[in-house]
Amino acid sequence: MKLQEYTESKHNFEECMKCTVCTAYCPVLQANPLYPGPKQAGPDGERLRLKDPYFFNQALKYCLNCKRCEVACPSGVNVADLIQSARIKYDHTPPKLRDVMLANTDFMGKLARPFAPIVNGVTGLGITKTVLDATLKIDHHRTFPKYSGTSFEGWLKRHRKEQAAFPEQVAYFHGCYVNYNYPQLGKDLVKVLNALGVGVQLLEKEKCCGIALIANGMSAQARKHAEHNVEQLRQAVTGKGLKVVTTSSTCTLTMREEYPNLLGVDNADVRESLLLATRFIYEKLEKGAQLKFKPGYHKKVAYHTPCHLEKMGWGIFSQKLLQMIPGVEFTLLDSNCCGISGTYGFKKENYEVSQAIGEPLFAQIRSVNPEVVACDCETCKWQIEMSTGYTVMNPISILAEAIES
Amino acid sequence: MNANEFDVIIIGGGITGAGTQRDCAMRGLRTLLIERSDIATGATGRNHGLLHSGARYAVNDPESAEECIKENMILRRIAAHCIDETDGLFITLPEDDLAYQQTFVDACRRAGIGAEIIDPELARRMEPSVNPDLIGAVKVPDGSVDPFRLCAANMLDAKLRGGQVRLHTEVTGFIKEGNTIKGVHTVNRQTGEKADYYAPVTVNACGIWGQHIAELAGVKVGMFPAKGALLIFAHRVNNVVINRCRKPANADILVPGDTVCVIGTTSTRIPFEECDHVAVTPDEVTLLITEGAKLAPSLSSTRILRAYAGVRPLVSADDDPSGRNISRGIVCLDHETRDGLKGFITITGGKLMTYRLMAEIATDAVCRKLAIEKACETADIPLPGSEEKSYEAVAQKIWEAPTTAQKAAASRMGTRASRIRTGNKRDDALICECEEVSVGEINAAIDRLEVSTLTDLRRRTRVGMGTCQGEFCACRAAGLLAKAHGCIERERKDLEDFLQERWKGNFPIGWGDTLREAEYTQWVYKHVLGL
Repeated sequence: MKLQEYTESKHNFEECMKCTVCTAYCPVLQANPLYPGPKQAGPDGERLRLKDPYFFNQALKYCLNCKRCEVACPSGVNVADLIQSARIKYDHTPPKLRDVMLANTDFMGKLARPFAPIVNGVTGLGITKTVLDATLKIDHHRTFPKYSGTSFEGWLKRHRKEQAAFPEQVAYFHGCYVNYNYPQLGKDLVKVLNALGVGVQLLEKEKCCGIALIANGMSAQARKHAEHNVEQLRQAVTGKGLKVVTTSSTCTLTMREEYPNLLGVDNADVRESLLLATRFIYEKLEKGAQLKFKPGYHKKVAYHTPCHLEKMGWGIFSQKLLQMIPGVEFTLLDSNCCGISGTYGFKKENYEVSQAIGEPLFAQIRSVNPEVVACDCETCKWQIEMSTGYTVMNPISILAEAIES
Repeated sequence: MNANEFDVIIIGGGITGAGTQRDCAMRGLRTLLIERSDIATGATGRNHGLLHSGARYAVNDPESAEECIKENMILRRIAAHCIDETDGLFITLPEDDLAYQQTFVDACRRAGIGAEIIDPELARRMEPSVNPDLIGAVKVPDGSVDPFRLCAANMLDAKLRGGQVRLHTEVTGFIKEGNTIKGVHTVNRQTGEKADYYAPVTVNACGIWGQHIAELAGVKVGMFPAKGALLIFAHRVNNVVINRCRKPANADILVPGDTVCVIGTTSTRIPFEECDHVAVTPDEVTLLITEGAKLAPSLSSTRILRAYAGVRPLVSADDDPSGRNISRGIVCLDHETRDGLKGFITITGGKLMTYRLMAEIATDAVCRKLAIEKACETADIPLPGSEEKSYEAVAQKIWEAPTTAQKAAASRMGTRASRIRTGNKRDDALICECEEVSVGEINAAIDRLEVSTLTDLRRRTRVGMGTCQGEFCACRAAGLLAKAHGCIERERKDLEDFLQERWKGNFPIGWGDTLREAEYTQWVYKHVLGL
């Protein structure tokens, strides 16, 4: 008798055993009854959508794409990919002006940077928030991240020569946030890598990873970004034999996983060379590299693992690095989603759900009462800072602060 | 008038019996339908669910082909909610004779079937899952039909017109006066209750089991039981029916039906005594997978949900051992002229596609006996639920912003979906998550569609037909049935039977994810729920 040796299905949806663990772990479902939940929206819905796209459910837009369902799934079903793919394939609603603005993080950054002081002043005003809330439905509780007057790219270009002098080189995909809003994180990374004898260079020309475009229904544009970035990565990886590091967990996940799985952009030849900086540094230290820490450093740090880092299974690297720092009093926060999910939480209609999702995390932070919260994701940072008042630092920045200059 | 007296008794709750009851009821007769099990349990529910264009029969059996295409067009009008207008392809593969294509197309045209030779490239675009090596393709107006829904809609229409239905009731003998059938003795198989029913005419519409019923009446009808095995894949691989353009053979039709697709069939002659216990053999599974992959290569790596087999009710005519060459033609026997037995008609042969025509022929014969002159209207009046052309239109009319479950309900119930109680947490809760069946829809079926067991419920709502095969929905639906029938003990037994029946279909293809799922189901029911 002929047995099938294996079966295949898109994002493994036929491997679903209907155990419903994903649904139990979905942070959205607990806060928003309008969302059908990952099992319904994913493998169950897929069979109906294959019958007729008419069965596509608009409520799939409530999915955060946090990937916690995929981490929970014991059968290896890529539940979130199924949901996001369905949105890409079947949802043809044109994105709203607000969504276009929120999604084009690099374009908005370019536009705003030269006028940073003015833009920062205006977006911080109560009246601006009220107006944005009323007109664009961007929730008034939110504050846009401040724009920086000088870009990180500009700063690093000025230090190109001294960076090139290091015997070992690495390329840095800094992402929109470091470039336009917070170049200090990039500078912190350069400091740490330099201390390990590694020089930092830029990619020829990087574009936004595109996660916000995917989330806001602009997958065609996201695909262009993906194709461009993979080509850029290829130049660095296969052209120059470099590893590429990042400081944003979401940019990393997007380029490693979402490019091939959601956008159909093949990255097989560069994927393994793209690493979150904490993993790169941890592995160097494992192999015997040394960092010299400041004596008498002390900091009470509570570490929040971003959902996308959890999906990659790399939270351990950031945790171990922090724990390695003498004088760090370390607490690992429970695995919870902060609720913002990039641009999701900025939208007025999602604000309450977003805050409800994050509340268990916020409550734990308040009870731990650390000096800072550590986290590898910029949007988690905005959310936690806004919701708890605690300062959030990237583990790289804490590391930079703790080592001798 | 005695409550046990009717104008006509129809034995057999397959599509022929249900269709005949509807037709008789539309002609003003007081009807009773008796079925020993549930509706659509025989060949009606055990086939591809193919809305034949007739193309398959065009070369060898032009008469059947003509009947098929006529009925095909009629069913699109009267049974919209049971039909998916997918179109079909007849593909020629490199090992097939391309010259047969022209013979085939000519025969189709003679039978009135719109068959169009198309470029293989166009066929690949029309149906991306099709074997890319195809060298020829013909497009025909095939489709798919849900036989359970079709059968239930016919029964429901008969009921709405005053007809009565006794399911799970077996005919144990006939009440005869001289050479006239006056009625039937029956026993309810669930309660053991006996009852006699009387009518001047009785119709034997029992498919393959018609041979047994005829024997009970004292006449002989020789059937030719030919088993056909099929496999259900867990999702739709294709959205267009795919056939092989060659003389009909094994496993050469792949039909998309609702959320799944079905490959079939085989054809093996079996002894009459085995009709009640047909099982799918390992050889049949091998054949279906191997031949199926020639139609759509991805089938070889697509999860299989179930295997099942049915018995074609062919009427014995010659010595052909395979049964393939016997006409699928309709046979209507008036036993008064044939055997001198008054008040008894057998309607058999034919197929799902031509059920309405069979019903019309049988009803005409009934009416002749009762001297009633009323023309048949079944080709013009839509079945209940089929008053709208598409489920999109149905859902949009009932709900402003239909949920997925509401859309799915509209696709299953047609316009009858407006009767589902909805709009509150309890009624909108899902019983079956794979197929999106709500509490409201289950209760609507229990209220109107003669449901006594979970298996009955499955045929009417698709509960338990999805990927999980009852893992999560069975216990929930059992709760609703226990409430409706006011009996927990009976329902507990029913739940066991249902799960056993689901496993029966999983067993022949028990490997991989389907086996994992079955084990998980067993764990849930045996170890968690203590069944």
